[in-house]
Amino acid sequence: MTTSNRRRWTSLAVGVTALAVALTGCGGGNASGGGGGEKTITWLVDNTENTVTYAEQIAKDFTAANPTIKVEVETRPQGGEGDNIVKTRLSTGDMADLFSYNSGSLFHQISPEQNLVPVTSEPYMANVSDSFKPVVTAGKEIYGVPVGTGNAGAVLYNKKVYEKLGLSVPKTWSEFLANSRKIKEAGTDPIIQTYQTTWTSQLFVLGDFANVAKADPDFAANYTANKAKYATDPAAVKGFEHLEEAAKAGLFNKDYASATYAQGLEKLANGEGAQYPILSFALPELKVTFPDKLNDIGLFPLPGDDASKNALTVWLPGGVYIPKSTKNLDEAKKLQAFIASKAGCDSQTKAVGANGPYLVKGCDLPEDVPAAVKDMLPYFEDQSKNSPALEYLSPVKGPALEQITVEVGSGIRSAKDAAALYDEDVKKQAKQLNLPGWN
Amino acid sequence: MTVNTAPTVSAARPRQAVAPKRRKGKSAYPYWFYLPAAVVYTALFLIPTFASFFFSFTRWTLTDFTFIGLDNFVQFFQEPALLKGLTNTFIYGAVTSVLKVVLGMLLAVLLTSQIIARGYLRSVIFFPVLLSSIGVGIVFTILMDPSKGMINKALEVIGIEGPAWLVDPAWALVSVALVDVWKGVGLATVIYIAGIVSIPAEYFEAAKMDGASSFKSFFNITLPLARPATATVIILSLIGGLRSFDLIWAMTKGGPGFTSDVIASVIFKQYQAGFYGLSTAGNVVLFLIVTAIILPLSMFLNRKEVEQ
Repeated sequence: MTTSNRRRWTSLAVGVTALAVALTGCGGGNASGGGGGEKTITWLVDNTENTVTYAEQIAKDFTAANPTIKVEVETRPQGGEGDNIVKTRLSTGDMADLFSYNSGSLFHQISPEQNLVPVTSEPYMANVSDSFKPVVTAGKEIYGVPVGTGNAGAVLYNKKVYEKLGLSVPKTWSEFLANSRKIKEAGTDPIIQTYQTTWTSQLFVLGDFANVAKADPDFAANYTANKAKYATDPAAVKGFEHLEEAAKAGLFNKDYASATYAQGLEKLANGEGAQYPILSFALPELKVTFPDKLNDIGLFPLPGDDASKNALTVWLPGGVYIPKSTKNLDEAKKLQAFIASKAGCDSQTKAVGANGPYLVKGCDLPEDVPAAVKDMLPYFEDQSKNSPALEYLSPVKGPALEQITVEVGSGIRSAKDAAALYDEDVKKQAKQLNLPGWN
Repeated sequence: MTVNTAPTVSAARPRQAVAPKRRKGKSAYPYWFYLPAAVVYTALFLIPTFASFFFSFTRWTLTDFTFIGLDNFVQFFQEPALLKGLTNTFIYGAVTSVLKVVLGMLLAVLLTSQIIARGYLRSVIFFPVLLSSIGVGIVFTILMDPSKGMINKALEVIGIEGPAWLVDPAWALVSVALVDVWKGVGLATVIYIAGIVSIPAEYFEAAKMDGASSFKSFFNITLPLARPATATVIILSLIGGLRSFDLIWAMTKGGPGFTSDVIASVIFKQYQAGFYGLSTAGNVVLFLIVTAIILPLSMFLNRKEVEQ
């Protein structure tokens, strides 16, 4: 009797222990430190080909300079899914030793003060451009160094199509429409839209922000304080109206609803479509897929009403941050220092070429940058000719803009209605961040 | 060993007293036998369920929360995409379950008749059920491409200009529902086959003797006697339809715009945007809606069954 009873208890104990191990033991086995004084640190980056290529080059060059530290590059998906992974890994303390993530409004959503190691007083921060620091600052501390180059939300256009039709770069919206009509008459798709990849639909609104900022310099501050609205601000609503106007005029490629981002780039490179409002992040992808066509592509800012105020909307590079959960803080800081140095820029240029200006001091661009990057530089150099995108100036960004702009571009919803709906959408974000003036 | 004997005897006595009680039908196992299952159930089901009710009343960032009362629910019901999502959920649930009932029944009648390669055909109709929804979604997204997709290319050959399927706001939801039916009708068919096979053959023989046509015996014998199968199919496909998400997400992500959003995709987008409290509130609402529909429906269908 006794033995059987005991056996039962033993088996129960084994069962419960096994269960406990199964429930808690799944987080074990993090790669940290091999033998012989050699350490391995991990760096989480997004999985675009461009990012992975330069991250691996940086890792390689860094290890060459610091032979005792190895860097393992991990990847995550982009977009909302990637945001989710970053947030979840941060809050469960399971983050890599360093990770790349957006600066600006998305940076504020990962609770930097709680989750990240401040690097304000590190010596290498002296190398970082002052225009980058505000977008990785929360409270009084700076949390990241820039990786990658500055970019623009603008119109990429096929120079060959423009040359053939004798067109010049438009400075105002009406010139842009006039150009587009001529292109349509010549049998080419004037404006490429690709709504199967929904985020690409937002450029008419997001890329127009520099024009908004030039018309109303306080818009971002008032927007954050719940005082300015897209639907009621005459400059801000333009982005939605322009999208509606272009859609109604039938200037899009026929298959805009089912085309993808990759197909859009193909149309642009082949001259099947003439103009593609998109982020200049597309340039490295064009370079990989259509290397011989890269210099046929030029860039101009989305035009507004006033030619003299036409400015470029700038996307600052993302940051590389260190989570508080890291066990290799010193090594991680060394990698951060490497990224924020000329050597860091050089390994990026070596890997993927320069796709815009770096925000690290002393990093000059090589002579042979793509034509579109050359078009972009004058705007970057003159402060009065650019403005950071709204997401760098205000933490208020609604999650549904891409669906809303798809609806406007597809003629499902009017511009006015869409702007009002987007104002409704951002409320959730403002409330989640507990911003003053929204509750 | 001998030392242990005394306590064993005393320990055995109370157990003997308990034993008859168990025999009265209380339980065949000692209580600790339930412990592992109870630990799993508590850790994986009970705690999350109650935690979700709690967090639906907070503004939650995963690491930290503020109690905000019913604000999340107010916000959720103000969600512009919600009304569209609700209507779409009901349309999707209704369309898929009706089609699965009708097609499942017809296919089951076909596959219980004397046809060639019956076993093979039965398994062919069941195959899509075994596939992953995401895979099916991706494949059909390619097939349904308006200009390059195989479906529209095939329609072109016979002179029909197919709709734009997933990217036409008027067709998007229906297109996904049709794929769902294609994928799920196999299960409905199998349930119906079981239902039809269990109807005693004597009824059909008797009906034949009385000169009933095959239509008559279908409507007067097969259909009423397969009612338990119908109830199961309706409940299963309605539950599946109301909480449908994977296929819609794989094929349209609720688009174009918000035109094929269902409640689950609205909630998922909120979760993705980091509104954890809000999306948890949405899940509580979804739970209540599904319960409110399925509970009375299941009671109604089962009562009918008993009355027969």
